[in-house]
Amino acid sequence: MRWILPLAVIVLLLVYPFVVNSFWLVQIGGRTLGFGTIVLSLVFLTAYTGMLSLAQMTVAGVAGYATAYFTAPTGGVGLLLPWPVALVLALALATLAGLLIGLVAVRTRGIYTLMITLAVAMAFYYLTLQNYDIFNGFTGFNNVEPPVILGLDLGANLPFYYMSVVLAASCYLGVRHVVRTPFGLALQGVRDEPDRLRALGFNVPLLRVLAFGLAGFIAGIGGILNVWLNASISPGSVALNPVIDVLMAGVLGGIGHPAGAYVGAFVFTIVDNFAIDFIARERFNTLIGLVFLAIVLFSPDGLTGLVRRAWTRGTGWARRDRGGAPKTDDIGK
Amino acid sequence: MTTQRFMLGTAATVAALMGTTALAQDAETITIGGLATLEGPFAGPGEDGLRGVELAIEEFGGEIAGHPIEFITASSDGNPDVALESARRLVEQDGADILVGPLSGSEGIRIAQYAKEQPGTTFLNGGSAAIETTLVDPAENFFRFNTEGAQWTSPLGEYVVNERGWDNIVIVSEDYSFPYAQIFGFMATYCEAGGTVQDKYFTPVGNNDYSSVIAQLPLEAGEVDGMYVVLGGSDAVNFLSQYAQMGGQLPIVGGTNVTDQTVLTTQGPARELLPGILSSGPVSDNAELEAWQEFTQRYQDYFGDEGLPSPSLFASNYYTNTKAALLALQEVEGDLSNDHEALNEALSNLEFTSPTGTVSLNENRQATAAIYINEVVEQEDGSLALEPLERIENVDQYLGLDREAYMELGLPSRDNPSCPS
Repeated sequence: MRWILPLAVIVLLLVYPFVVNSFWLVQIGGRTLGFGTIVLSLVFLTAYTGMLSLAQMTVAGVAGYATAYFTAPTGGVGLLLPWPVALVLALALATLAGLLIGLVAVRTRGIYTLMITLAVAMAFYYLTLQNYDIFNGFTGFNNVEPPVILGLDLGANLPFYYMSVVLAASCYLGVRHVVRTPFGLALQGVRDEPDRLRALGFNVPLLRVLAFGLAGFIAGIGGILNVWLNASISPGSVALNPVIDVLMAGVLGGIGHPAGAYVGAFVFTIVDNFAIDFIARERFNTLIGLVFLAIVLFSPDGLTGLVRRAWTRGTGWARRDRGGAPKTDDIGK
Repeated sequence: MTTQRFMLGTAATVAALMGTTALAQDAETITIGGLATLEGPFAGPGEDGLRGVELAIEEFGGEIAGHPIEFITASSDGNPDVALESARRLVEQDGADILVGPLSGSEGIRIAQYAKEQPGTTFLNGGSAAIETTLVDPAENFFRFNTEGAQWTSPLGEYVVNERGWDNIVIVSEDYSFPYAQIFGFMATYCEAGGTVQDKYFTPVGNNDYSSVIAQLPLEAGEVDGMYVVLGGSDAVNFLSQYAQMGGQLPIVGGTNVTDQTVLTTQGPARELLPGILSSGPVSDNAELEAWQEFTQRYQDYFGDEGLPSPSLFASNYYTNTKAALLALQEVEGDLSNDHEALNEALSNLEFTSPTGTVSLNENRQATAAIYINEVVEQEDGSLALEPLERIENVDQYLGLDREAYMELGLPSRDNPSCPS
């Protein structure tokens, strides 16, 4: 039974481009994978270290801006580098940004972490808006295209989609792997019993900062995909709305499991794009709000939680012997 | 028996399907996508813009040469990323044949780039008025039948020096491409006529707190004769309210959006500062132009209390662009074959009477039209409106210069142009 779902997902991802039009391929599919990877970085932090961050879009923005700065200089701002160097730099800067935010936030917990990361996010937003030497102000960067490798244009719809699939899948599997390593187990220990971990001789603040760094790296990958999808980046890409969107998609999908990141990103993208079809154009944001409210109200652990509960009920007799589904109650403690 | 019935059913279904296809081919629907800012600081202007599109479609009875027109909308918030996402949705998902929009300056630059990726769709601008959209590497299938930000303000600069005797001002402006264009046009003639700009203050779009800027502004005229305010939508209302509450009385000349109906209908402290503001732009509420009065009448009849007392600049611009598309469609009888070849050709050569007078396009597919210098006056019924002081005919993209001379001015930015005292 266990391999049915992963196999179905793999087949779906591979077949998807051949049954949908370019809008669903790029704007829904591509966006879900890129944006979902940013959400994944938040879910990783929250599910396995118990820390909620609002600065993941900001970290993604650092990678996006770096990609733009080094591959698409505009109006005298930027420095053209070969794309592999540019991408390595972008990811390094995103990781560094994650580490720095971790350093700032490491001694806080719960709502204070949220506040401090929100402050960082807003500071970065205003910096991009008002700095013209590096970020090019309100206009930001345009024409940020993915590279062409051996004649294969990664910016074309199909290659872009598959590249997104590969990167998103690597991030997802990477997270699933890391949480089983001693480092990942230690992180979960920090989440559940920081005092006991300290007593055992672990350096708790260091573990947390490293978790932020890793989350920064993941968000950086998502940020690069995002900037390629839009072919542009401007302060609007790291403003309050997108910053909150990440949290919203995470909560929607279920912040307790990495798969929730992509489920949440998918549902968020769909609702965001199509709500206007169902209601008067002046009121569509109300509908978006109501849908989110309903999901959070009826399934506090998001859509994956809903599915998991339905699954457990359906196969309850088989599961009961194995101890049931993992609990997600203690997330965000 | 069952098989027979099944066959019969299948045949009937197939026949029905074929029937609908045949019908669809007889009168293929033409889809117009409307893209405007229905969220964020420009939500008011965005709504009124789409009213303009609706009005134009209604004027043609909702069909062109037997093709029913379908109107669909998508929203943005003034952010180019969001505008692009919505445009992609309209074009690639909903199959819009013609896209009318967007509203805001930087969005327009982005959508004009996107137009190059979609040769099978015809793009008409909505309300956006940045210079670059139709100047820098313009897209073949992007048409702008409204004049842009610099065209709107270039007559005003000269006017305040010559008629009001101002020669030293400060500028308060939003920090993006459209206000740059407005300042560019204004200063081009203002500096030429001998004026100086003491300082420029730029604030982010959607700003709520202007206290740090207001603290640096003089409260009444002295060394500084006045201030030029280039803000739009709720930004203009917030700034003027806060400046009024601080007791500010410096005379104001406004960017085009400051004196738009979306701002003039505001209540509260900002309203005190509005009467007497000078501005310039493509529309004037009290213009005695027949086309304008007809347009206003139709707007008021159609929308009643739902709409603004007088159609805004955005309703007028969206209407003009939509009407251009519909007129051209009529001319080619809805022929959209060959990537809209006939339609685009018709649009390039189209000249018609818009609500603000005759409009035609130049080689960059950018409109040449008349501009008004206006003053805000209080009407008998207590509402505020724009009273025309002067009408300048045929203002073109190059502001009356020849192309080379104009290109030498460079692109507008925070620092270009500048004429410090």
